[in-house]
Amino acid sequence: MLLALIALAFVAAALGAPLVVRCVRRWTGWFTHRRAVAPPTAAYDPGRERRAEQRARQLLRSCVNDVEWAMYRDLGFIRVAGRKARSESRPGAGPSAPAPYAYLVYPLKPIVAYVPGTGRLLSEYCVEFPDLTGGGATRLPPSDDVLAKWMALTSDESRVIGSANMHLVGRQHDCARVRRDLWRLSEWERRGEGTSASLRTRPPA
Amino acid sequence: MHSQGPLTEESQIKFLRMKPGYGEVLLTEGDPRISEDEELLIAEFRRQLDEGMWAAVPTEQPDGRREALLVRDYAEIPPQAERVIFFPRAAGG
Repeated sequence: MLLALIALAFVAAALGAPLVVRCVRRWTGWFTHRRAVAPPTAAYDPGRERRAEQRARQLLRSCVNDVEWAMYRDLGFIRVAGRKARSESRPGAGPSAPAPYAYLVYPLKPIVAYVPGTGRLLSEYCVEFPDLTGGGATRLPPSDDVLAKWMALTSDESRVIGSANMHLVGRQHDCARVRRDLWRLSEWERRGEGTSASLRTRPPA
Repeated sequence: MHSQGPLTEESQIKFLRMKPGYGEVLLTEGDPRISEDEELLIAEFRRQLDEGMWAAVPTEQPDGRREALLVRDYAEIPPQAERVIFFPRAAGG
């Protein structure tokens, strides 16, 4: 009896072996195929964004003047004079006359327009520079974002302002914080880190 | 096409592009007075604008002010420019 059972088991194993081999082959083939077509996952590099920002800061520094760079380094934003302030054809405006308006350029935040003479906040302009050509991240490093805004404002102000969404200050910026930044800027200039008289900022009332 | 002259380091122009996650990357560089280089520069310039980039040349005024000049065509690049920076065009945020 036992002998007969063992013989039956051998027969069953012999008959089932091709099925088992086929299943194993199919499974291993599917697994290797999956490994072959799976996209390579880049190892997480915690220093990548930091290195990108370091490069962006160097590029920004090489483009703006010393005062603007010191302002960004010390205060975290750059002031850019409005087109009318930059143009030399302002009848009756002496070198010490306050500029009509200027912008505060923050990294990855809206541009703020204000009146340097009074510190009055005018509006904020939400503008981004999304890079849609790659498949990954679209946001520039913070200092590249500042440089892009600076280049756009100093070269074609109306174009960049025209493509921005305009809001009253307070939508994305905290008004109190912007006023505090203007006070910090005026103190920074008072200490002599400064700039031309025409853009000198008075602390907001 | 520019006239041929003595090749110096200053005559090289670099095309840089701001890239998310990288900072700026060097696209190409060359001497615009050499016709082969100029062809490559023109091709790269057009490719970047076709991808929707803006091109700007940092400039310095005689009074020390620094500004940028947006260029929409290769011919608009000032002859003394050392670099052109390509960056994504502005969009409302």
